[in-house]
Amino acid sequence: MSARSVVIVATGGANIASLVYALERLGVRATLSAEPERIRDASHVILPGVGAAADAMRRLRETTLDRVITRLPQPVLGICLGMQLLFDASAEGPTPCLGILPGRVERLAAAPDRPVPHIGWNTIEPCVDSPLLEGLRAGDRAYFVHSYAAPVSSATLATTDYGAPFSACVRRDRFFGVQFHPERSAAVGARVLANFLGVD
Amino acid sequence: MRDGRVVKGVRFRDHRDVGDILALAGRYRDEGADELVFYDIGASPDGRTVDRGWVERVARLLDIPFCVAGGIRSVADAEAVLAAGAEKVSVNSPALAEPGLIDALARRFGSQCVVVGIDSQTVDGDYRVQQYTGDPRRSRDADRRTLDWIREAVERGAGEIVLNCMASDGVRRGYDIAQLRAARAACSVPLVASGGAGATAHFAEVFRDARVDAALAASVFHSGQIAIPALKAELAAAGIEVRLG
Repeated sequence: MSARSVVIVATGGANIASLVYALERLGVRATLSAEPERIRDASHVILPGVGAAADAMRRLRETTLDRVITRLPQPVLGICLGMQLLFDASAEGPTPCLGILPGRVERLAAAPDRPVPHIGWNTIEPCVDSPLLEGLRAGDRAYFVHSYAAPVSSATLATTDYGAPFSACVRRDRFFGVQFHPERSAAVGARVLANFLGVD
Repeated sequence: MRDGRVVKGVRFRDHRDVGDILALAGRYRDEGADELVFYDIGASPDGRTVDRGWVERVARLLDIPFCVAGGIRSVADAEAVLAAGAEKVSVNSPALAEPGLIDALARRFGSQCVVVGIDSQTVDGDYRVQQYTGDPRRSRDADRRTLDWIREAVERGAGEIVLNCMASDGVRRGYDIAQLRAARAACSVPLVASGGAGATAHFAEVFRDARVDAALAASVFHSGQIAIPALKAELAAAGIEVRLG
């Protein structure tokens, strides 16, 4: 694989370390940065996300990173909230988001046997062939922690069911997103991260 | 956790050493544990904060989620632990002393990071919250009913409740199903059962009869009495949804 320089966009979230360590286990040293130049120079950009959508979008707008991200030509991976921010809007806030992917992120519906947040290992069902999902088998599980989810659409690569199906993995051109946490999803998550880093 | 080692007690007393943190964490990761919880049992009673060094070493090693409990009294304490690589923080005694801590943590990090641990005991036919249980000399009734505290914690922003039924802890006679069922009815976020696992059947029972989202155990895994792969295979055979390796 060619030399990769991975930049994780510093969105102000607290727990980036687990992502940095997961990349380290793949032999990649990632840089955490909010500087447009550093982000533009990366071979791969990861938009992480823990926290609330409205706060994260406000920070991206204040630092003009919203415009930097939407114009990036290299592969970009949004994780959890970072994936949700790729959509048109989120009901969490509510807030407009980056508008790279069509649709609106909605709150998961709670039920007596289905508490929200959705926390735990759930299955990923691929519905389209994609380099991001190479090597994954139907029924593989990944670790989810979220209260909001993106609808299934033409951008969906894989779905997960929690009362109703939602997008577990999405893609539009060079923008990828995963609702689960690959950095905490054992071998399945490591494979997804490695697959993303393999996208040129 | 105490002084950099993993320890385990019986009914929250008489803790003995069961091994090195990283060695155990690696073992459980390899055996297919879905999540690890590290309790710094000395932290709250001593007024200490969780030492951050081991959190980072554990985070580098583990590729599954883990939660850190003990000694988290402020947003800054939680931030340090999360920045070191933990997925979640669990608050117990400090949240009883200052319930607004739950709101503050949820606002800053989101509910998904905020676990409220509750140590509960049956007193005169009612479930009651206990505080400072890490130290038998300071352990005391928190002057709250368990089910009320669960509702309040969720309302304040807890994203998960770990209910540890103290009478069952470390004695391996099964989870307190009646109490966990009552807690389930009061708890609209994920509920984790803790205390009492002694046999594979106890896990199947707590998932089936108390409808909990996860079951936590220590003694039976530390001792090797129950192997995680065999446990998961049996749960799957019993029709309970689990992650298999």
